[in-house]
Amino acid sequence: MLKLLPLIPLFPLISSILLMVTLGKMPKKFVAILGAGSVGLAAVTTLLVGLAFMESGQPYHQVLWTWMQVGNFSPDIAFYLDGLTLVMMSVITGVGFLIHLFSTEFMEDDVSVSRYFAYLNMFVFAMLILVMADNLLLLYLGWEGVGACSYLLVGFWYQNPENGAAARKAFVVTRIGDAAMAVGLFLLFTELGTLDIQPMAEAAKTQWQVGDTVPVIACLLLLGGAVGKSAQLPLHTWLPDAMAGPTPVSALIHAATMVTAGVYLIARTHELFLLAPPAMLAVALVGLITSLMAAFTALNQHDIKRILAYSTISQIGYMFLALGVGAWAAGIFHLVTHAFFKALLFLAAGAVIHCLHHEHNIFKMGGLRTRLPVVFWSFLIGSAALAALPFTSGFFSKDMILLQAYELPGAGPWLWAGGLLGALLTAIYSFRLVFVVFFGEAKMEPDKLPGIRMALPLSLLCVLSIIGGWFALPLSSVFPAAGDHHPSHLIEGISISIPLIGLAIAYLIFLGGQLKVDGLVNSNIGQVLKKFWFSGWAMDWLYDKLWVRPYKFLAYILRRECMDDIYNTIVKFCQFLFMVLSRTQTGRLRWYATSMVFGLILVIALLQGAI
Amino acid sequence: MDGVNIPLDHVLLLSALLFICGLLGLMMRRNIIFILVSLEVMLNSSAVAFVAAGARWGQADGQIVFMMILAVAAAEVAVGLGLVLQIQRRFKSLDMDDANRMQG
Repeated sequence: MLKLLPLIPLFPLISSILLMVTLGKMPKKFVAILGAGSVGLAAVTTLLVGLAFMESGQPYHQVLWTWMQVGNFSPDIAFYLDGLTLVMMSVITGVGFLIHLFSTEFMEDDVSVSRYFAYLNMFVFAMLILVMADNLLLLYLGWEGVGACSYLLVGFWYQNPENGAAARKAFVVTRIGDAAMAVGLFLLFTELGTLDIQPMAEAAKTQWQVGDTVPVIACLLLLGGAVGKSAQLPLHTWLPDAMAGPTPVSALIHAATMVTAGVYLIARTHELFLLAPPAMLAVALVGLITSLMAAFTALNQHDIKRILAYSTISQIGYMFLALGVGAWAAGIFHLVTHAFFKALLFLAAGAVIHCLHHEHNIFKMGGLRTRLPVVFWSFLIGSAALAALPFTSGFFSKDMILLQAYELPGAGPWLWAGGLLGALLTAIYSFRLVFVVFFGEAKMEPDKLPGIRMALPLSLLCVLSIIGGWFALPLSSVFPAAGDHHPSHLIEGISISIPLIGLAIAYLIFLGGQLKVDGLVNSNIGQVLKKFWFSGWAMDWLYDKLWVRPYKFLAYILRRECMDDIYNTIVKFCQFLFMVLSRTQTGRLRWYATSMVFGLILVIALLQGAI
Repeated sequence: MDGVNIPLDHVLLLSALLFICGLLGLMMRRNIIFILVSLEVMLNSSAVAFVAAGARWGQADGQIVFMMILAVAAAEVAVGLGLVLQIQRRFKSLDMDDANRMQG
């Protein structure tokens, strides 16, 4: 059964190529069956492979062929299956299939549905390569592949120039991180002589001591790649704009799978990070600060998809926090539960947008509870899991992260307190969304209801969002044991009650109206803060001033190539000589004769040595 | 051979004077016919030098070269007179300063 492993990425690849070469001539029905069916087949195969893996319990390594051979550098096209890979593959194919199914209805009116599924299948293929790769070079291939597909899908509705700009921004900003990561890979290869992940980890352990400089630099460079892909500070600005793509794309790529690739990368190379405590601390701090900043921003948005985008950034911040404090399994656990409930929230948001004439502003919605009941329940369950209300999937994973952060010696309690503040904000903004969109007066009437192909994925994801916390992920063999936790009841009690307090605050402000915040919001400082947070801490403004404008200025200066100036000078000099000498060509015969005579005299005089 | 024995120096001096006359004429005259005449003078001045040198060393080469110079002069005159006719037709004058259209 394990031999079926290469089939899993093969199905979406074949489907994608078929959809590409038929140039959209395929009937829409076949497109939907092929696009969603291939990922479904991959999901079934993953299930079979997963069962076989559970039986053997041993990591499985399969070499397909040697990719290239340059000197002593010979990366293989090879797959490595362990618990972490299996978890990621299940999320990608499972959640991916549900989102493909949802897309078949969401995109059925679109003219280029074939192109859509070709990109989406190609994305699933690249993401599977990313998580299955046994060496960092193949991982990097998948890494760039998902980046390219993300670019194509963000700019899917390319007729609108704004979408193209958003796609370019996503591509360029992540490219900065990718460059750092590539340098990190070069460094690892020159230092350790291999890019195969398992031998590399062994070599690193024998070659380096904990706290050496080289692993710290290498890990910081890998972290650079991870923050780019996972939209963490300071490279997070592309994700809110990436919401220009179709909503199922946001659900799959910009919430459930691709943006968590950075988390996967750090978890996959955790043995390197264990050798670099400063890099670990950097991971934790990046995660915490990002999660708080994004949470504050999410409080102020009014575009339903942007709220969810900022909440994604915030939740991935939690995953980074978990990785940074060494809670590897907790981080991956949160990745999985987040994939469930964030996919659910995005798909539900997509259903709202689909049924409401493509309206994005939450303040123009309202009262949808009775009109779109399926969507309402999906959104409610998703928000509950996002806010980590007790006994939802998000509760278990977030609780685990916060408790393990608390246990960290030194900065632990501070990280824990910051995480709790983030949890409070998360509860407030997620229920603000629910109350504003689904309660209160109706301001718009839906013009259609979600069909079965939308309702089914929503219901399945609802179930997963609730029970997702009860799965035991097969991660114990991958990561070092986290040690026993005996937090005091007080700490646990605070962790549980914080989301409930947030829920209560959101209720009092946005539904009950008992808590009046208008005065606070309308005061001078309130207005300033509101604007500041609405713009995402003015990061776009800052980057525009810091990078974009100086770059444009430089480009303006350098638009004529400097090297050309040198050659142009030579040309100018020759032209000048030509101008001077052409004056002597007067057309007068006597002048020519005279100059010849004097020239001859000069030459003879020179030959005689008279001068 | 009994005759007046003229020293070589004198002949060369004559040759140089003739050459300078021709050269000055070439540089100063504007009429193309006089330019051609000046050219003939210059050719013949060198021919005189050849003949004198041949006589001085008792060699026949000098006189043979003189014959060649005559042939060259004749050919030159043939071409030159053709040019004179063309210039006269085109510019209605023989002034070479009028024929200065090919310049810078």
